Amino acid sequence: MTKPLLTESTTPYAPDPHQDIFSKTTLGFWMYLMTDCILFASLFLVYAVLKNSTFGGPGSQDLFSLDLAFAETLILLCSSVTCGLAVLSAVQNKKKHVVLWLLATLLLGGTFLTLELQEFAHFIKEGNSWERSAFLSAFFALVSTHGLHITFGLLWGIIMIAQIMHFGIVTMTFRRLTIFSMFWHFLDLIWIFIFTYVYLIGVL
Amino acid sequence: MSEDLSLKEMQKTWHGSQKAYAIGFIVSLLLTAASFTIVGLKLLPPSIAIYVVSALAFCQAVIQLIYFLHLGQEDRPQWESLVFYFMILVLLIIVIGSLWVMYDLNARMMPHMNMHMN
Repeated sequence: MTKPLLTESTTPYAPDPHQDIFSKTTLGFWMYLMTDCILFASLFLVYAVLKNSTFGGPGSQDLFSLDLAFAETLILLCSSVTCGLAVLSAVQNKKKHVVLWLLATLLLGGTFLTLELQEFAHFIKEGNSWERSAFLSAFFALVSTHGLHITFGLLWGIIMIAQIMHFGIVTMTFRRLTIFSMFWHFLDLIWIFIFTYVYLIGVL
Repeated sequence: MSEDLSLKEMQKTWHGSQKAYAIGFIVSLLLTAASFTIVGLKLLPPSIAIYVVSALAFCQAVIQLIYFLHLGQEDRPQWESLVFYFMILVLLIIVIGSLWVMYDLNARMMPHMNMHMN
């Protein structure tokens, strides 16, 4: 006669509650964000190493506009909050509010991207593209990788609005909205470090 | 057990609240404005300002992780926090290790250093 090793009554711990699709999806997406974080860390590292390799070209003091970067930071921070409010409205089953907050997020994100592209266009027009020096290569690699993430975030947001309008707030759309908000908050988090290490410390 | 939660259960697990977003927004705003003012008005000498501004960015990152990304607020076992701390460990090894190697190389490549090397 063998006793069962573990029975419901004798286990000291409750079974792992994270077995449902929702928890698995959020954990999986969170892991993706963490690896993305390492990607950005590597790009920051390249930038830090090459910051003074200007090859006779302009350095960070000559190029960057602090006001523009500050405006971009505020816009992205606001869009992060509106995105959070969209999920909060979804929790309260307010479909119309979700769509409105998502639209606000996309509008702010679009403004951010436009400002960033204008800055890039301005640099390139003055002959300071990524071909000018190692410093500028590293700058464009870092900031445009973030911009590319924002671009895909905007596409995702448009699809999200269409899905919410079509399906309403159901398990599938709620799950996708949740991970979209994680993605968007994460991009705001990365931008804080770009603002600080590229722009603020760049003009010191 | 591998079934989806109902919408109500999913909504219940969401940790965001209006208050949390308001706190996160206001604190982030203040920290951003503080670092912008320090650098824009040149309130501190550059050598000190670098550390102050870095500290402010670090604070803001922590605030956003807690209030926007709800780090550490999930049910036990906290897999997401575990993955996060492991990522920080990997990140520190990559960043500190690479910076160390690159600056060491840089120092060794300096022309005036050759005299000491020989």
